[in-house]
Amino acid sequence: MSITERAPAAERLRNSGAVLRLSQTEAEEAERSGLVPGETRDPDDEKMIMNMGPQHPSTHGVLRLVLELAGETVVRSKPVIGYLHTGMEKTGEELTYLQGCTNVTRMDYASPLFNELAFSLSTEALLGIEAPPRAVWIRMLMCELNRIASNLLFMATNGMDLGAVSMMLYGWREREEVLRLLEKITGLRMNHNYIRPGGVAADLPDGWAEETIRVMDLIPPRLEEYDVLMTGQPIWRDRLQGVGVITADEAVALGVTGPILRSTGVEWDLRRDMPYLAYEDVEFDVIVGSFGDCFDRYAIRLNEIRESIRIVRQCVEMMPDGDYRLQNKKVTPPPRLRIDESMEALIHHFKIFTEGFKVPEGEAYVAVESPRGELGCFIVSDGSSKPYRMHIRGPSFINLQTLPHMMAGSLIADTVAIISSVDPIMGEVDR
Amino acid sequence: MSSEPTEGGAEDAREEIHEQPQVLRHGAIQSFDASGNEVLFTDAASLTKLVQALADEGFGMLLDVCGVDYLTYPGSRGLPADVEAERFEVTYLLISHVERRRLRVRVQVPESAAVVPSLVSLHPGAENPEREVFDLFGIDFTDHPDMTRILMPDDWSGHPLRKDFAVGRIPVQFKGAPAPR
Repeated sequence: MSITERAPAAERLRNSGAVLRLSQTEAEEAERSGLVPGETRDPDDEKMIMNMGPQHPSTHGVLRLVLELAGETVVRSKPVIGYLHTGMEKTGEELTYLQGCTNVTRMDYASPLFNELAFSLSTEALLGIEAPPRAVWIRMLMCELNRIASNLLFMATNGMDLGAVSMMLYGWREREEVLRLLEKITGLRMNHNYIRPGGVAADLPDGWAEETIRVMDLIPPRLEEYDVLMTGQPIWRDRLQGVGVITADEAVALGVTGPILRSTGVEWDLRRDMPYLAYEDVEFDVIVGSFGDCFDRYAIRLNEIRESIRIVRQCVEMMPDGDYRLQNKKVTPPPRLRIDESMEALIHHFKIFTEGFKVPEGEAYVAVESPRGELGCFIVSDGSSKPYRMHIRGPSFINLQTLPHMMAGSLIADTVAIISSVDPIMGEVDR
Repeated sequence: MSSEPTEGGAEDAREEIHEQPQVLRHGAIQSFDASGNEVLFTDAASLTKLVQALADEGFGMLLDVCGVDYLTYPGSRGLPADVEAERFEVTYLLISHVERRRLRVRVQVPESAAVVPSLVSLHPGAENPEREVFDLFGIDFTDHPDMTRILMPDDWSGHPLRKDFAVGRIPVQFKGAPAPR
């Protein structure tokens, strides 16, 4: 299918009438009166306005949906967001490039390393520097481990949302194994601040390879269990197949990326199609669906865990020696030992961590393939040590736009399956 | 799709630009950023036509819309000589899946008339990002079906990402809170 034929899809989406368009105030009014403000209603029709969230266990944080129902069928809906908005892009303008990673890592908290990577790559593009090979491979290893953890989290929450509560426990259990490995390497389970402009914060610890292989050996048999528990289960299939369908041209028109785009049959994965880091040197498959339904999105994420395990194994095998960060005095603090013996090194260290380093004027946009789609970082630099403007293109923010279109005409019980299959992380949506 | 990335195209074009400083593409001034990505400069009036022409050419996905407030960073900031710098700028990030390259469209928006035509009719995916720019920068998008705040509360005053919106000076406003603003 050609992904350029988008004009009819755009028109269809525009005219579908699936999106309920209300301001927040109107939504509250609608919730009270059961009537969309400004619309008159035939007293005989059974339509009602129902509010779902923001405090709802299936909404993955603080997503709120205003649904217009006819009986049990969703007619129109609108996601209301902003409950987690903390002005992180504004904060980013107040932090130096070195501190910036601590900020962006808190956006998509289920896959923090991808945020750090996008921010670091964007800063490096402005600086015109490149991380040394070992740093590139460490970044790739860490990101793939993070992708496994993130997709395992999806397995857990997706299972729980659909009533497979045991799946939640299994998913968390495996994810914890990966997080423990990440903790061993970065010192933290989440919000690592590990990938920084110029390289990574620290070299891999002793015994990392054995530990990584141990975890990678542990997960595949568990994935087989998931297959038994869910993939082959008739109940599971009935809940997901044919639910929340979106077509390829609609997905492209809506700017959707990641597993949702791939579930419609569009082969698009930045790791393969616009390679960054060293993805050209590793072998992996891009998992593509064909029906664009919830089941495809589930299956894609499950199989992406397997592909990520493949990449991690190759990273362990091919990890080059050398520096884990760029030896460029402009961006890299001196080694710890030097600080004890050299006054200049101490001053240098102090300057880098208080003042930061200056980044040449210009703007850069660099994107990476996060578990949710294209995660990009757009930085405008005015030549100082803080970004003049730092914008993160969060894939969840854009992907949420598919919800009304996927939900139109579906049963209210399926809304939970559909939200779950979009896998939004509200920290990234609201920033 | 083959797995070969396209290369060279942007590089070659960048070299050309040194010899030929003013290249027009669909009536927009063309330039390239440090990473070799194409950048087009246009104004609000011809934006829709340009994005339509680019969409027909293969830049079929609008990835994001991003506002910038240049209040405290005057100067040329990488703009070509013919483009007059205004306070606001809206950047559109486009991608061509066929050619595998990215393109940015930069539109200068004056403070006195902070209005840009909405691209929702062309790219329905522009709905959320345009609302975000409206909410955080106060730039209006004409013909947008739902020009309301998206991240901030409805009754919030001001647009937080503007450079004259100070950090930390205003106490947290809660929706419906009784305290006067």
